[in-house]
Amino acid sequence: MSAESLARWQFAITTVYHFFFVPITIGLSGLVAGLQTAWVRTGSERYLRLTRFFGKLFLINFAMGVVTGIVQEFQFGMNWSEYSRFVGDIFGAPLALEGLLAFFLESTFLGLWIFGWDRLPRRVHLACIWIVSVGTLLSAFFILAANSWMQHPVGFTLNEARGRAELTDFVAVLTNPVVLVTFPHQIFACYMVGGAFMAAIAGWHLHRLRSATPASEPTAAFRTALKVGAVTLLVSGLGVLVTGDLQGKVMTTVQPMKMAAAEALYETEQPAAFSIITIGSLDGSREVWSIKVPYLLSFLGTGDPQSEIKGINALQQSYEKTYGPGSYSPNIPLSYWTFRIMMGLGFAAMAAGAFLLWKIRRGRLPSGRLWLPLVLVLPFLPLLANSFGWIFTETGRQPWLVFGLLSTAAGVSPGTTVAEVLTSMITFTALYGVLAVVEVRLLITYIRQGLPEVAAVETEPADDVPLSFAY
Amino acid sequence: MELTTVWFIVIAFLWIGYFVLEGFDFGVGMLVGLLGRDDRERRVLINTIGPVWDGNEVWVLVAGGATFAAFPEWYATLFSGFYLPLLLILVALIIRGVAFEYRGKRPEARWKARWDACIIIGSAVPALLWGVAFGNILRGVPINADGEYVGGFVNLLNPFALLAGVATCTLFLTHGAVFVALKTDGEIRHRANRFAARIGLAAAAVTVALAVWLNLTEGTPVSWLVSALAAMSLVGALVANRLGREGWAFIGSAATIALLFVAAFVSLFPDVMPSSLDPAWNLTTTNAASTPYTLRIMTWAAAVGTPVVLVYQAWTYWTFRKRISVAAIPVEPAVPAETAGR
Repeated sequence: MSAESLARWQFAITTVYHFFFVPITIGLSGLVAGLQTAWVRTGSERYLRLTRFFGKLFLINFAMGVVTGIVQEFQFGMNWSEYSRFVGDIFGAPLALEGLLAFFLESTFLGLWIFGWDRLPRRVHLACIWIVSVGTLLSAFFILAANSWMQHPVGFTLNEARGRAELTDFVAVLTNPVVLVTFPHQIFACYMVGGAFMAAIAGWHLHRLRSATPASEPTAAFRTALKVGAVTLLVSGLGVLVTGDLQGKVMTTVQPMKMAAAEALYETEQPAAFSIITIGSLDGSREVWSIKVPYLLSFLGTGDPQSEIKGINALQQSYEKTYGPGSYSPNIPLSYWTFRIMMGLGFAAMAAGAFLLWKIRRGRLPSGRLWLPLVLVLPFLPLLANSFGWIFTETGRQPWLVFGLLSTAAGVSPGTTVAEVLTSMITFTALYGVLAVVEVRLLITYIRQGLPEVAAVETEPADDVPLSFAY
Repeated sequence: MELTTVWFIVIAFLWIGYFVLEGFDFGVGMLVGLLGRDDRERRVLINTIGPVWDGNEVWVLVAGGATFAAFPEWYATLFSGFYLPLLLILVALIIRGVAFEYRGKRPEARWKARWDACIIIGSAVPALLWGVAFGNILRGVPINADGEYVGGFVNLLNPFALLAGVATCTLFLTHGAVFVALKTDGEIRHRANRFAARIGLAAAAVTVALAVWLNLTEGTPVSWLVSALAAMSLVGALVANRLGREGWAFIGSAATIALLFVAAFVSLFPDVMPSSLDPAWNLTTTNAASTPYTLRIMTWAAAVGTPVVLVYQAWTYWTFRKRISVAAIPVEPAVPAETAGR
């Protein structure tokens, strides 16, 4: 394999892996902050125990998100130095701002939250977790602004002499139409994950406790958690739908090839039908069987059911005119299927959440054979939907690293050897594999333990009382 | 002042902030193996940096991000050129970060011992390799006309860079030991105090040798002066440590690290990464820089953001200012591996 394809594999592996932790961190930080707020406002011990319980799971997950995130920042320079030279003037700014304005905030206030239970006044301590949660949103915004610029470069000029893109309008980068729809879409998707995670764990405990008297305290607490989680899942699922629709329209305008690839639409159609599922030959020349909804793709793409949607072949021709000979379409089956798997898993998650919520209506306890399998798969549905969504959006941009400006092949570090990239790819893959096992086992241990006992939180301890949440 | 010069100073400031702050938590991490005799002592050591190490680590992320934004050519050459050492640093930071969060999450002695090893290795490797990396940057490395590093891995392991690595490693150990003496009470405080006295002498010898070598080859009057100040503050730190004035000792060891890197950046300027092949191929603050427009935006962001960060990080240190000791750590019965678990 060439250094380029190894670098691409390494980026894919490390990014998809990092992104298992990001949605949980973003979604769960807000939910834990909400639970703690409920405790501060009501004084009910139930919310405190839930805060501690989900807070611990949040921390186990957060640690992995942080350490795998460091790799992401260094990787641009290590494997993609030509890319870094080309875009540094633009891409570096949001990255630096993420660190300065968001990442400092998250990690400093998380430290205060972990160790500050008995060192800080109750409301100040509560503010810490909210600040962490807001920090994760800021982080997401800057990273998505940087990524959106790669999808749809704005606010720049090309400096031919230096062979790089140079920033001319930073506001345009931050208000890129792509980031304005991607940010809410991504945040809602993260809250789907957080909600599903909480609902599933609560649902599993309710299943275990179903023979206990309905009035038992853990049962009541987990009922609350399940409701909070499932409602979050459903509400943010609606948000994902609405913003996903808007995103489709932006994508049709700025990256028509990606939209055509998502639909495996080879020939331009007017009006265009949306394919729910199509079985065809891999090169798209022959359609074997399909289910299609007439007019829907035109409507999704532009808002007008009669409009024309450009096909892959027409786009290829026009790109060849602009950029010269070459293939300008991404891997079509990959785009087509990841797009559908993303949507399918998202809908399945919402359906599962609604079902769980309906099953426990009016004080009912879990029953039926579907309950346990559903709570076991539930967290993975939106989580994998997130992964497939990103695989779609990143591979759908190919062969471009920066759409229309820099091809992926041109972005790789010229000086790094196959041996170096191979070493780092194997190292990260092996290390990430081991850490995954450790992390999952630790999560399971803590999920099994259930709600912790809590002593009343003292805010003015003696001098050398141990730090409460200490390592 | 030129914006490129401003950003050279900002990036120097970020690296110095990183080495002063994470310097002591790297030191404490290594000391887990040297000063912690049992589980409770190791927990005392780890708890001294528990609330702050993560915030300290962000300094390197911001330094990296700021380099990417302000000097993309520097970022690209440095990170692709120093590929394997950076890989080792990344692996170290990964296992270290996870270890801090996970070590206390199971009761088994073996579980804790493994994570302690990760903390020790994860702290020692970057403490050594950051010094090696900066030693190479200062001395100059083979960079060709395209700004590409062409030296390979072994080239990075030259005597000057290795000496720089030993210097950062021993300085961070001293800084960490002084910090432990400042933040703890009881037996461990005295042990840290004694250890700081001994390792401090070694650090002084190595650092003085390094500073003289650097200044003889790359020095300017200013870098000579700053290096001399660094040496004096290290002596001051050791004297304060002997007198049991731990706050002053910590200020001294922090100042030593800060001044040493000030001397390094002063001798580097206006280069950011000199080429050992041809001075014409040096990466400088001007030929590696972003556009003035980008630098202006970044300057505004840094001017607004940095003071806020400094205030809330300082507040963290204030919140957790109390000393901790073994007496405060609850006894947790050691659980042998076979009976542990669910």
